[in-house]
Amino acid sequence: MIRKQEVLNDVVIKFAGDSGDGMQLTGTQFTNNTALLGIDLSTFPDFPAEIRAPLGTLPGVSGFQLRFSSDRVYTPGDACDVLVAMNAAALKVNLTAIKKGGKIIVNTDGFDSKNLRLANYPEGENPLENDSLSNYEVIKMDVTKMTREALKEFSMGMKEKDRAKNMFVLGFLYWMYGRDMDNTLTFLKDKFGKKQDIFDSNVKVLQAGYNYGDTTEAFGTTYKVEKAKMQAGSYRSMMGNQAISYGLIAASQKSGLPLFLGSYPITPASDILHELARHKNFGVRTFQAEDEIAAITSAIGAAYGGSLGVTTTSGPGMALKAEAMGLAVMLEIPLIIIDVQRGGPSTGLPTKTEQSDLLQAYYGRNGECPMPVVSASTPADCFDAVYEAVRISVQHMTPVIFLSDGYIANGAEPWKFPKAEDLPPIHLKFKTELGDGEEKLQPYLRDEKLARPWAIPGTPGLEHRIGGLEKQNVTGNISYEPENHQLMVKIRQEKVDKIANYIAEQKIDNGPEKGKILVLGWGSTYGAIKSAVAELLAQGHPVAHAHLRHVRPFPKNLGDIIKNYDKVLIPEINNGQLIKIIRDVYFVDAKGYNKIMGIPITKTELVEVIKEML
Amino acid sequence: MAETLTAPLTAKDFATDQEVRWCPGCGDYSILAQVQKVMPTLGIPRENIVIISGIGCSSRFPYYMNTYGMHSIHGRATAVASGLKASRPELSVWIVTGDGDSLSIGGNHTIHLLRRNFDVNILLFNNQIYGLTKGQYSPTSEENKVTKSTPFGSIDHPFNPLALAMGADATFVARTMDRDPKHLQAMLLRTNQHKGASFLEIYQNCNIFNDGAFETFTEKSSKAQETLFLEQGKPLRFGAANDKGLKLDGFNPKVINLDEGHSADDLWIHDEKDIYKAQILTRIFDDPKMEGHLPRPFGVFYEADRPCYEEVMALQIEDAKARKAADLDKLLRGNEVWTIA
Ligand SMILES: Cc1ncc(C[n+]2csc(CCOP(=O)(O)OP(=O)(O)O)c2C)c(N)n1
Ligand code: SF4
Ligand SMILES: [Mg+2]
Repeated sequence: MIRKQEVLNDVVIKFAGDSGDGMQLTGTQFTNNTALLGIDLSTFPDFPAEIRAPLGTLPGVSGFQLRFSSDRVYTPGDACDVLVAMNAAALKVNLTAIKKGGKIIVNTDGFDSKNLRLANYPEGENPLENDSLSNYEVIKMDVTKMTREALKEFSMGMKEKDRAKNMFVLGFLYWMYGRDMDNTLTFLKDKFGKKQDIFDSNVKVLQAGYNYGDTTEAFGTTYKVEKAKMQAGSYRSMMGNQAISYGLIAASQKSGLPLFLGSYPITPASDILHELARHKNFGVRTFQAEDEIAAITSAIGAAYGGSLGVTTTSGPGMALKAEAMGLAVMLEIPLIIIDVQRGGPSTGLPTKTEQSDLLQAYYGRNGECPMPVVSASTPADCFDAVYEAVRISVQHMTPVIFLSDGYIANGAEPWKFPKAEDLPPIHLKFKTELGDGEEKLQPYLRDEKLARPWAIPGTPGLEHRIGGLEKQNVTGNISYEPENHQLMVKIRQEKVDKIANYIAEQKIDNGPEKGKILVLGWGSTYGAIKSAVAELLAQGHPVAHAHLRHVRPFPKNLGDIIKNYDKVLIPEINNGQLIKIIRDVYFVDAKGYNKIMGIPITKTELVEVIKEML
Repeated sequence: MAETLTAPLTAKDFATDQEVRWCPGCGDYSILAQVQKVMPTLGIPRENIVIISGIGCSSRFPYYMNTYGMHSIHGRATAVASGLKASRPELSVWIVTGDGDSLSIGGNHTIHLLRRNFDVNILLFNNQIYGLTKGQYSPTSEENKVTKSTPFGSIDHPFNPLALAMGADATFVARTMDRDPKHLQAMLLRTNQHKGASFLEIYQNCNIFNDGAFETFTEKSSKAQETLFLEQGKPLRFGAANDKGLKLDGFNPKVINLDEGHSADDLWIHDEKDIYKAQILTRIFDDPKMEGHLPRPFGVFYEADRPCYEEVMALQIEDAKARKAADLDKLLRGNEVWTIA
């Protein structure tokens, strides 16, 4: 049969189903397949808070959104062109997120009376049978039935067979977008290679889905999205937590410091622990501690011994680590504290994203306790940003807080990965012997950066004691002298402030150097701001976008940049945190746009907000 | 300094120029002196010794020892030491902690360190009081204790630290006292010798806030009657004339008088390797004021061999390295790559 192939520029697909339906896997496979074709993309998985919420219910819906395009994309898209709904609940939860005229691919078996009831549809009402979906193109398939049919020769149980349902959908989509399926076949081989019947059944169902599209006359058109015009080079798909892990390994290799991670599991940071635990061949030591306090203090112990000490957590864990961060500030020791933020306070919204902890990172400790703060703006950016955090930490002898969030952690994008030899070197020197005229080590004698020497146990002649009590400058002896305390508080602050001399100046990401509105962001709002500003610039509005990696200290030229615009807008996924600091530091009457719903800001809403300010 | 490298080290080489700031008469002085005496005999280069403490009077200890040291935060010395030992197995890591530090705020880290069996030495200075904060009761203070925070007497039931350590699967469990320098030195040596987490409880007199807490065990007049010094392979004997002993009657320890028709052969023979007997021994924790109480044992209660966390961790790493080269480019590249021309 000869079919039409339509070329599209930009597609958003959302895979939605029960958390047991394998939608994350389906989404990831389709993503990798897309990436391998050189199409630009951005993803956003949306997990339920419960591991296994009751089957078929609204809270049990798990989603994976993928946007792919022949243009560059910076967000996973505000609304979907295609929704895959494995059951009634998945449809209900996502209906508002589909564009008018969009396609809905439904598994009809997920719309029986039981599923309809669980999804809270009124008795006797089935959205597939009334005209409530008349604005959409609905593609109905009985995925369950066809999966079982495809596997009728297989001896496995019905439950086992049904587990392959997602492969049917994946196969169908591969057909719909004119793909080959090699990457998924390889994936299945790696995953199930040793369990032949499971491997065979998955492949069978995957092909059945593909063939269903190919042979059913109902579907006249397939679609194609061309390669994106991206910078030449080699790419791979990268997720935020993975990029943090790789950035840490790279920094460890380039600095020569063995990597030690002390961590206590917490969503959405645990994947960094999982990832790093796999790379022992790089000498990585991962220590799953008994709590967050032991996680950070063990990392302090390791850093004291000359390792690259790292601890990873999310907001509640940050709160527990606060006292130990103060110790690291007093010890003036390198340490990386990674906070993958989530909705708060307390347990809050564990699986939802929020820029919740900037103020905690800035101020959330006893005493005058300044620490540099570095933030990542996209999944792949985590690599460079955490690498930079390590550089600052070891060269300036200070703990550094690194902020990511749930949206960045689980999102994926193409990454033009670097060559190891092209990564900037991370120079550092342990102190190995006494200097000229030194009788004994002066642990708080400082260099031009105000950094003190890093003298690790095992070095003869440099035995010394450090601790959390106030230290006399230079000698490191305990000191309660009033003048000394004031001096040390000022030095610790100045040491952090001075880092501004050793980081890149702030750049305008997009837009004119002077203009009407500067949209200033940090962290995961990058894509939304980037897209909104690009759209407004295309319409001729004098709007610019600057995005901060260094949130403490700010780049030296940030104040000058801010002065070049009539107005400053600071969109944040919180109740206004960066804005407080910017107002405080630069006395500027910045405006906030704050969304605190556990979900990202969309481009569309931001365009509206900026337009109102013009 | 060159001469300290050639000449054997002495206690003096382990002292620092910092003024020791404990109250005059505090038991901590004796412990410091014994540690300084023992350290040079261990054959460990000074630069490889690290002393990590938490917060409390006792935790000032590192400042007075000319080794590497860290005075960390309240309760966390055990966790700091775990990270250090995990990453630098070759170092000799000592933890100095108080009863509040290690059993109250840091109780969690203590039990987890013990079960993981890092090869470190824990010196628990038990004075049954919070010294540094000026005299509140601690998790080892006896019931009914009147302190600033318990004017009507404490209603907390105390920990039995050694039983707790046994419960956490410690591989070395011992008790000594500040007032018996010889025994303290012997126990420090044993503590150091043991490969694995060593838990040494040291009864320490706080003459300011809890004076005489252990005097029944430390004073000449009562010591022989009230204490029982454990020696490997030897019967459990005590008493002014060494005329009493402990016998196991089923699972119950009983005091017997050797002059009343019992011979030394009837006595419980101490075996540090016997986990069941060690559990019973640590449970001998009677209040000396109680009628018919048993004497308080001192010495090594238990010692066992179990792989140390840091060793197994290092083995896993060696194994991983042998199986897969550390190729950063390969890692960054992964196995699903596309190229844009
Ligand atoms: C987080 C924190 N909470 C409370 C304190 C106050 N504090 C310091 S030492 C101490 C108790 C010390 O008792 P112990 O560990 O028995 O040591 P000692 O002084 O008796 O040697 C307390 C409560 C502190 N320093 N830090
Ligand atoms: S308060 Fe007690 S424990 Fe602390 S130094 Fe004084 S005597 Fe020693
Ligand atoms: Mg105490």
